[in-house]
Amino acid sequence: MAFRIRTEQRVEVPKWLPTATSIGSVIIAFILGGVIFKIVGGKPLQALSFFYQAVFGNWGVFSDTLVKATPLIIIGVACAVAFKMRLWNIGAEGQFYAGAFGASLVVLVPLVPLDSPKVLVIGMMMLMGMIFGGIWGFIPGYLKAKYKVNEIITTLMLNYIIINWNNFWIFDQWSDRGFQMTATFDRVAWLPRLADYAKEVKAFSGVTLHLGVIFGIIAAIIVWWIFRYSRWGYEIKLIGDNPNAARYAGIDISKNIILVMAFSGALAGLAGMSEISGVVHRLQESISPGYGFTGIIVAWLAKLNPFTIIPVSVLFAGLIVAGREIQPTGLSFLLQGIILFLLISSDVLIRYKIRLVRVDKETE
Amino acid sequence: MNFEIILHAGIATGSVLLFAAIGEILTERSGILNLGVEGMMLLGAMAGFGTSLATNSAWLGVAVAVLAGGLLSLAHGLVTIHFQADQVVSGLSLTFLGTGLALVLGEGLTGQTPPLLLDYNIPVLQSIPFLGPALFQDHGLLVYAGYLLTPFTWFYIQKTRPGMHLRAVGEKPAAADTLGVNVYGLRYLYVFVGGCLAGLSGALISLSVSPGWYSSQTTSGQGWIAIALVIFAQWNPFRAALGGYLFGMLRRLILDLQGPRLLFGLVNPLYVNSNYSFFLIMTPYILTIIALIFGSRAIAKKRAGSPSALGIPYIRGERGQ
Repeated sequence: MAFRIRTEQRVEVPKWLPTATSIGSVIIAFILGGVIFKIVGGKPLQALSFFYQAVFGNWGVFSDTLVKATPLIIIGVACAVAFKMRLWNIGAEGQFYAGAFGASLVVLVPLVPLDSPKVLVIGMMMLMGMIFGGIWGFIPGYLKAKYKVNEIITTLMLNYIIINWNNFWIFDQWSDRGFQMTATFDRVAWLPRLADYAKEVKAFSGVTLHLGVIFGIIAAIIVWWIFRYSRWGYEIKLIGDNPNAARYAGIDISKNIILVMAFSGALAGLAGMSEISGVVHRLQESISPGYGFTGIIVAWLAKLNPFTIIPVSVLFAGLIVAGREIQPTGLSFLLQGIILFLLISSDVLIRYKIRLVRVDKETE
Repeated sequence: MNFEIILHAGIATGSVLLFAAIGEILTERSGILNLGVEGMMLLGAMAGFGTSLATNSAWLGVAVAVLAGGLLSLAHGLVTIHFQADQVVSGLSLTFLGTGLALVLGEGLTGQTPPLLLDYNIPVLQSIPFLGPALFQDHGLLVYAGYLLTPFTWFYIQKTRPGMHLRAVGEKPAAADTLGVNVYGLRYLYVFVGGCLAGLSGALISLSVSPGWYSSQTTSGQGWIAIALVIFAQWNPFRAALGGYLFGMLRRLILDLQGPRLLFGLVNPLYVNSNYSFFLIMTPYILTIIALIFGSRAIAKKRAGSPSALGIPYIRGERGQ
């Protein structure tokens, strides 16, 4: 008696299956990550309960998790736009730093007088963040449209370039008393936080959640609307699914490559602005623990759906929060890699039915 | 600063890119794009360094690094060849996975001093004027192996029967399949070989060229530069070697320019204060982009170079290309 694995192509995909495989991937990744953690001498179960406590334990820590989720939501949405067109923007990390630089210019040059109303300063910072992030997305988009240069490598190289660029300003021109950071921004450049309203609502005292999370939700709604109702969104999807059909339909692919990359970069730049204006309140080194890369996985895990990106971001923010406490530091990278791998592998379950068939000796 | 030192150092650092790029050329020639080079390289660097530390044998470290890179690449092979997943996303996850594994397993390796790979001189050749000392003196055996690997790979791809099968699988897998070539098997093989060479280049960094384990700084993006080099080289091993060595020299030149020393007897105009070196650190990445622009334009003009089935999963029984 023997068994054989037989695969058949699915004609109809059950509605629950993609969600089930996504959740399954995350669970299996946690188990595998736990096993590896155990091998290197950690205590995975303790870490898991610690993870839960550190992430959802109470309103205060949950707010910290949401603060970490904010840049992930915005970057996840940014990546989803580009990925819909099968444009591989791996440079969200760099666009995030570019946005942070642009927003800092507003305060440090300063581009607007710092006694102007908060709305003006914050609005200007958002604009400059998006412009600088947008430029950092435009460059690879333009090179791809014009010279067919692989955007994966250019976006990655631009990450290294902008990080060194920022370092120059932090270490040299804007260095605060020789420290590797700028001076703390004037309060007018801080995004409003819930804690600012502690006088009115007692429960808000010490809660760090800032306005950036609203940027994320609005970005998700806008992108959802673009894909659902706008002509541009339709063009992006068509180019992604079938570039030949799009070309025959008269869609300008080059123009869309540049537009989508700049748009995606501008969103990631906004995330950078929100982070320095809402959390760090100055420009410094390592303002991101790899948000730009985690955002890629968030977008993919959410199947590029802007609304699903929100809860997925919260989960990954939890990983980042917990990862800060749990050593070694590579563990969250490892988990992210395993999740992404399982996720793309599980697509095979969506496309094919896999059955174990019993084969008798005689029929063989 | 003198040219001979730059050439000597460039050959050594360039060999790192050379091995990784030649591995990627073989993988891509079989029709599989593996963007996980950075992850495999970092895992190789960690595995080589850690093994050498544990066993007191640098060469055992190299062997384990090769195996580690190869095994990791098989994950990409399985997902892209059998599961027909998107090769870009799979390659990215491989980078994450390799980086994560290397950082987790490499915890605590920083600052350790395992035995390193030794340097040798090549008799006779080292006495060639000027080039001899730069090319054939005080290099590791792997650097010399790189000299041989380049023409060997070219000959293998262009002139041998297995090389012809490799090209066939990457250009017209359906036709190759009809002629009895094992498409899946060969793709697995070359993904594995590519992974082995990436692992090897990682060990070359951590055990010879810039010895030590500095977590993700150990490779600092060289895996990605190697992928760019493949495009720049238009899948030709000789061009990859040339590009790799030039890049290596550039890295050394940048290191020298950072110092406040005199340049050719004159005051170094690039030196204002040490913070200005951030601009010098940027240059390899900027030059990678520039090299890519030239490479991509040449490919677009010739309409050749890139293997036609690159990135497309081969599904038996479906209408082939």
